[in-house]
Amino acid sequence: MIAGTLLRRIATRGAAVGGRLPSVNAARYFSSNATFDVEGSFETHMLDTAPETTVECSKEELLEMFELMYTMRRMEITCDNEYKARNIRGFCHLYDGQEAVATGINAAFDPEDSWITSYRCHCVALARGGSVSSVVGELFGNIDGYSRGKGGSMHFYNKANYFFGGAGIVGAQVPVGAGSAFANKYKSKPGEKMNVSVACFGDGAANQGQIWEAANMCNLWNLPMIFCIENNRYGMGTSIDRHSSIQDYYKMGNEIPGLRIDGMNVLAVKEGMRFAKEYCGSGNGPMYVEMMTYRYHGHSMSDPGTTYRNRDEIAFTRSTKDPLEFVKKCLVDAEFMTADEIKDMEKKIRKDVQKEVLKAKESPVPPHEELFKHIFATNLEPRSGGIEYPPHIRMPNYENSFWIDGKKE
Amino acid sequence: MMLSSLRIAERRLPILGQQVVRRAFHQTVQRNSAGAAAATADETREMNLFTAVNQAMDIALASDPTAIIFGEDVAFGGVFRCTQGLAEKYGKDRVFNTPLSENGIAGFAIGHASVGGTAIGEIQFADYIFPAFDQIVNEMAKFRYRSGNQWNCGNVVLRAPCGAVGHGGHYHSQSPEAYLAHTPGLVVVMPRSPKTAKGLLLSSIRSPDPVVFLEPKALYRTAVEPVPTGDYELPLGQAEVMRSGSDVTIVGWGGHLKVLEEACDMAHGLHGISCELIDLQTILPWDVDTVVESVQKTGKLVVSHEAPLTCGFGAEVVATLQEHCFLSLEAPIQRICGLDTPFPLVFEKYYIPNALKNLDAITNVMDYGR
Repeated sequence: MIAGTLLRRIATRGAAVGGRLPSVNAARYFSSNATFDVEGSFETHMLDTAPETTVECSKEELLEMFELMYTMRRMEITCDNEYKARNIRGFCHLYDGQEAVATGINAAFDPEDSWITSYRCHCVALARGGSVSSVVGELFGNIDGYSRGKGGSMHFYNKANYFFGGAGIVGAQVPVGAGSAFANKYKSKPGEKMNVSVACFGDGAANQGQIWEAANMCNLWNLPMIFCIENNRYGMGTSIDRHSSIQDYYKMGNEIPGLRIDGMNVLAVKEGMRFAKEYCGSGNGPMYVEMMTYRYHGHSMSDPGTTYRNRDEIAFTRSTKDPLEFVKKCLVDAEFMTADEIKDMEKKIRKDVQKEVLKAKESPVPPHEELFKHIFATNLEPRSGGIEYPPHIRMPNYENSFWIDGKKE
Repeated sequence: MMLSSLRIAERRLPILGQQVVRRAFHQTVQRNSAGAAAATADETREMNLFTAVNQAMDIALASDPTAIIFGEDVAFGGVFRCTQGLAEKYGKDRVFNTPLSENGIAGFAIGHASVGGTAIGEIQFADYIFPAFDQIVNEMAKFRYRSGNQWNCGNVVLRAPCGAVGHGGHYHSQSPEAYLAHTPGLVVVMPRSPKTAKGLLLSSIRSPDPVVFLEPKALYRTAVEPVPTGDYELPLGQAEVMRSGSDVTIVGWGGHLKVLEEACDMAHGLHGISCELIDLQTILPWDVDTVVESVQKTGKLVVSHEAPLTCGFGAEVVATLQEHCFLSLEAPIQRICGLDTPFPLVFEKYYIPNALKNLDAITNVMDYGR
C-alpha cells in the first residue's frame, strides 16, 4: 500500500529538485516555483502511461491549497463543536483527514468540470467556491445557507461551478455523474478536449449495484467519467477487509483503467487528477481512481469512531500522515514560508472561520413559505397576504388555541 | 452454517387467524401459541424499544438455529444498538455485517429464506429501503405467487427504522409504509411501543409471509414500559383499540400514536370529547373489521399519519371506511397527515401532523352540521 510511503520524499530530498530560484529571499518574496517529488504515490491498472512523479507548484498555488485545507479543517472542527452544542442538528458527516482529496481534485479541475459527491460534502462545497458561512449556515438551517437552509448537512450545490452536490443515499450520485459525463461528451465537438465529470464515493459505496451499472455505461459509451473512490478504510463502521472482497479499489473497474493515488498528499492528488482529466477528457473513456485517505471523525456525529478501530490508529495517522502537516512541510522545505509565518496564517484563518460562523448565526431561519417552494416548477406558495396556504394543506391555528406545545397557557 | 445438513419438517404457524402450513426446519424450538402468549408471560421488566427489539431477536436466534441477522454494522450493535451483544452471543456466522448494499441485503434474505432459513435483515434507515425496492416488490412479495407456491420466502423479515426524529432532514425521517402497502404478498408492520414491538417482531419473524417491520426510531430510547421478558407473540393483521370512546374514532400507527394520545387528552380535557383510539399495528393486511365496528359506533373518523397526505395509507383507510360505513358517518372523514412536501429539515415541526392539528380535526368533525 502506498499510504505507508507517505511523506518521505520531501523530508529526505528537499523540495528543491529543480525549477526554483536559488535565492531563499527570492523564493520567499517573489512568485516562484518549486518542484516536488511524488514518486511512489501512484499505482496503475491497465494503463500504458502514468502520472508524472514530480509536481511543479508555485508559491501562490501551494499557499492557496494550504489556506483552503486549513479552512476545511477548522470548519469541520467548528461543526463538531456546534453539533455538540446542539446548534447543528441532523446527520452530520465530517471530512477532516480527507482534505487533500477535495483540494487536489479542485486544483486539477476547471470550473466547468462536473463534480458530484456523497453525503460527506461540506468541504467539497468549500473547494467549489463556497464560503464557510454558507456551509455552516446551511447546517444551522438558516436562509443564507447553501440550499436556503432547507437541506442541512448533506445538501450543498453550486451550479455556477458545476458542483452537483452531495447525495444522501450511498452510491446514488454515481449514475448521475455518468449522465453528466455523457452531457460533457455530447456538448463538445469531435476531437476537442472534453470537460470531465468526477463522482466521488467511499469505499463502502463502491460495491453498490448502481455503481456497476454506471461503470458499464461509461465504458460502453466511452464517457469522460472519473470514478473517484475516497478509500478511508471504513464503510461506516466496517473495515474494508470485512465489507469488500476486493481491496484494490482502483482495479475494480475490470477493463476500466485504474489509478491509485496517495490521498493524503495533495500534490499527488493534483497530479493524479490532472493525469486522469487529461486521459478521460481526450476521449479514452472512463477511469477508476482510488484515493488512499483517512477520516479522523466517526462516520457521522452519532458515531464516536472508536468502536471499530482504536485510538492509536487515529493518533498514528495524525502524527505520520496528516495532509495538513504535509503541506506545511512543503511550504517550509521550499522556503516559501517560515514556520512562524505559517502559524500567523493559521491564526488568521481560525479567526476568519470564527467570523464566518458568527455571520452564519446571524442569518434568520427561512420564512414559512419556503416549505412549499421548489417542490414543483410552479410553487405552491401561500396566496397573497402570506398567511393563507393552499386549501389542501392545513396549518394549525396557533393564535386561537389554548394549547401551545401541549401545555395549557 | 450447513443448511443442507438440517432436516426439514413441517410445522404449523398461526397467522392472521388461520392455520397456515409451511416447510421449515425441524430444530425449531417450541414456542408459546399465539394470542394466549402475552397473558402467560408473567415476568415483566421496564425496557426501551431498542432493548425490546433486541430481546425479540435474541429469542429468535435462540429458538431457531437457522435464524441469521445481517445488515450494515449490525455485528457491533447497529446504529441504534438493536443488535447489541447478539454477535458475541450467537457467533459471527449468525450475526454479521454486510456491505452497504441494500438491494443485495434484500435479495440475500430471499435466498436464505427460500431454502428454509430464517432471515432477519436490517436496512439501516427506512429511507434507504428504496435501493432495495426491486427485490422487495418484484422478488420477495411475489415469490410464492409466481412459482405457484413451489417456493416462498416467508421467513424474511426486513427491519428498518422509520419516522421523524426531530432533526433527521430529507433522508433520515421518511415513513415509506404506503409504498410498501401497495404490494400484495408483503406484510407491513409498525409497532408503537416496546411491548408491541417485541410481540409483533417475534410474530413477524415466525410469519409464513415476508414482513417489512418498520420501527419508529424516535422511540428507541424514549419509549419505556414494562415488557414481558419471555417469548410471546402478538397477532399480525389485527388492530388494537388503545382507548375506547364513544364520540369519534381516531386511527393511527407507529410512533405517531403518542401524538394522537395527546390529541385525545386535549379533546377530552378541553371539550369533553370521548375518542376511541385505534392502533392498526399491521398496515398490510390491515384490520378493516375493528375500524368499521368502531366507526359504526361513533359515526366519525379521523385518520392520521406522519407520511405525506396524498396517497398515504390513510387514503386507503378512508376509501374502505366510506364504503362500509356510509350510512353511519355523521361528518366527512378527516385526514391529518404530513404535508405534501419532501420531509423538511428546519420545518419539521410544521410538517408533522401534531396534536394541535389533530385536535382541530376532532373538534371539526364534532361540530359538523351544528
